[in-house]
Amino acid sequence: MYRYDEYDQKIVDERVKQYSDQVRRRLSGELTEEEFMPLRLQNGLYMQIHGYMLRIAVPYGLISAQQMRMFAHIARKYDRGYGHFTTRQNIQFNWLKLQDTPAILADLASVQMHAIQTSGNCVRNITSDEFAGVAQDEVADPRPYAEILRQWSTFHPEFAFLPRKFKIAISGGREDRAAIYAHDIGLAVTKNAQGETGFRVLVGGGLGRTPIIGTEICEFVPWQHILTYVESILRVYNQYGRRDNKYKARIKILVKALGIDEFKRQVEADWADLKDGPGTLTREEVDRVASFFTDPAYETLPDHDSRLNEFKADSRSFSHWLQRNVRPHRVPGYAIVVLSLKKPGNAPGDATAEQMDFVADLADRYSFGELRITHKQNLVLADVRKKDLVSLWQEASAQELTTPNIGMLTDIISCPGAEFCTLANARSIPLAKLIAERFEDLDYQYDIGEITLNISGCVNACGQHHIGNIGITGVEKKDHDEWYQVSIGGAEGNDSSISKIIGPSFTFHQVPEVIERLIQVYLRERTEAERFIDTVRRIGHAPFKDHVYAADFDVQEEEVAGKHIVVPAQYDVPYFSPRF
Amino acid sequence: MIIKNKAIVADDWTVLRLQENEAAESVQVAAGKVIVPLKVWQAQRGALQQRTEIGVWLASDERPEELQGDIGKFAVIAVDFPKFSDGRGYSIAFNLRARLGYTGELRAIGDVLRDQLFYMQRVGFDAFAPRPDRKIEDALKGLNDFSEVYQTSFDPKLPLFRRVQRKGNQTESSQ
Ligand code: HEM
Ligand code: SF4
Repeated sequence: MYRYDEYDQKIVDERVKQYSDQVRRRLSGELTEEEFMPLRLQNGLYMQIHGYMLRIAVPYGLISAQQMRMFAHIARKYDRGYGHFTTRQNIQFNWLKLQDTPAILADLASVQMHAIQTSGNCVRNITSDEFAGVAQDEVADPRPYAEILRQWSTFHPEFAFLPRKFKIAISGGREDRAAIYAHDIGLAVTKNAQGETGFRVLVGGGLGRTPIIGTEICEFVPWQHILTYVESILRVYNQYGRRDNKYKARIKILVKALGIDEFKRQVEADWADLKDGPGTLTREEVDRVASFFTDPAYETLPDHDSRLNEFKADSRSFSHWLQRNVRPHRVPGYAIVVLSLKKPGNAPGDATAEQMDFVADLADRYSFGELRITHKQNLVLADVRKKDLVSLWQEASAQELTTPNIGMLTDIISCPGAEFCTLANARSIPLAKLIAERFEDLDYQYDIGEITLNISGCVNACGQHHIGNIGITGVEKKDHDEWYQVSIGGAEGNDSSISKIIGPSFTFHQVPEVIERLIQVYLRERTEAERFIDTVRRIGHAPFKDHVYAADFDVQEEEVAGKHIVVPAQYDVPYFSPRF
Repeated sequence: MIIKNKAIVADDWTVLRLQENEAAESVQVAAGKVIVPLKVWQAQRGALQQRTEIGVWLASDERPEELQGDIGKFAVIAVDFPKFSDGRGYSIAFNLRARLGYTGELRAIGDVLRDQLFYMQRVGFDAFAPRPDRKIEDALKGLNDFSEVYQTSFDPKLPLFRRVQRKGNQTESSQ
């Protein structure tokens, strides 16, 4: 993976110094909270319900064992012993003190990490395919370009105060695993007919209040020009994006207002005199960065390991795990392993300090010392020898990291919701727990097959509910009570789509039953080999809607006093959400 | 006092801001060194361009191209930041310098605070009028927050990868 040279290190170190001074000025009263806010927000520091939340960048999801151990250290020393991996391949710590944050950033800088631009109206952490470099369907490795874009966007002087946040994702496989259609800019590394590398560029995707699937702005931008092309998109957006209404400030609104043709015309007019200028990438620079992403020392191994089959026959859980959590690798004898952070009962994406240390050890012993964080809030060991799978599985099982549910109903994506977030209308984590426990039965999950379920605590859509096959959103009604809207038909990847709401919203305890009914329709209607999403697309919403609302819900709502009864133990803390 | 060319210097320009009851066509532009709003410049161009020293300022929603052809007439061009979070001024400055070829004093006015100065100088500002309720000496420090940057803008003209020899992976296989 990429290693800092003296320039990278200097920039990050100077950032720590600058930020420390900003905190000092805030604590001394020199800066008002209003002035400090945009500064801390450029650094991933939010004020949340319990205190400060720090979001740390894991550039394109790639992390070393040593860096993971630093997360464990931060969790223990400054937080309550755990962290939360997010859909944007970052990690969040929820219980920090402002005065500790400079020390945390210094700790991070010592392992080549930072929290730069993990929030605020700037270019955010660049996300990418969690299987980059090892996927069988890869056209070109997106990681060198992701790193080049990371450097380009870091402290870009012109784009630090955009109308709104700006998210870039980049994928390199034939199948998009980075949700590039749901980003402000989505890039797919491709090859043209002459075999030259370039990018298909999408623009104006985004979720939030107004979910929109990105539109192609250019079919092929040669690799040399990608930085200047992205610069022109940002310049047009910076000048013309709306600033009068933050709900209409994302680039998607500008692209819609102008139309893609006019937007493209403006971008290309701006680009005309940047093209071939000094911002143009050089072969040497791409090669230099790519030299960090060459293959590790793979052994020559047979692709099949007979012991695997034996063990599979013996152990049903292992065989389930192989089927769901282990993915094919492009090198014979190797496999990609997804460690599930979705054990029913736990908060999706949470990991304890012990688990972090543990996965770091696993990475050292089984996967060349590296891990990836997925945009579905799981972890990946990308280079595991097939002959090590049994022992890896045995060890990881002891740490509850082998729930064989990847891509299935209990692999729920969820935002932090009301337990942490001041914007929440709903309790995402307890709801995820309730649903996961209801559908824990593996046979049932395997019967249902591939499905995605996403939960967001409010319209902001941090849980990306618009691109879940089933999406759940917390909505507020006038009585300040929590209500849950259910939608179906969303998807990410090459056939991305935005889900549609099925009808009036539900109470907290009705939701699992609603999902059950949706599944019943699917199981009744599906043709062979049809996934849930395929059935929805084929038969439409009506049969689902009819069935869900056909019968009354026979569920007991909790007493108000016992309202938080389903909160996972580590969240069961004094609670002062403004909403509840 | 303003910051100019990385030093605190006295300033004898005044910035004319139109009051609600004033119109660009009829407002009296005082004698001496005045930085007038773009609209006033456009409305009173004939008279104003007779002066030996005149400045103009752009609001964040105005286009620098409006000054095309007139660029050489100003001793100072200022860009107003109504709120520090309004980042349009950065692109205006970049366009003035890089596209319109403006070489005179380019001044940031309005909600100008220490922590923006580093970015501002990189897109082409060389003069800053920090918010008067803040110590200008502190603001000056903001210009030196970083000693190295990655990307090109107006300053520097070349990105890091064209300025220095950076090393690739030194280990045998990247782990
Ligand atoms: C707890 C503190 C958080 C706050 C205050 C917060 C706030 C927001 C807001 C206001 C938006 C809407 C932006 C817009 O529509 O312009 C948003 C979008 C989003 N956030 Fe968060 N968020 C938080 C945590 C998270 C977490 C934990 C994740 C990942 C699990 C996340 C991932 C996202 C994603 C994927 C989007 C949608 C991106 C898009 O609109 O294109 N956020 N967030
Ligand atoms: S979706 Fe809403 S509730 Fe959930 S984290 Fe985002 S802002 Fe908070």
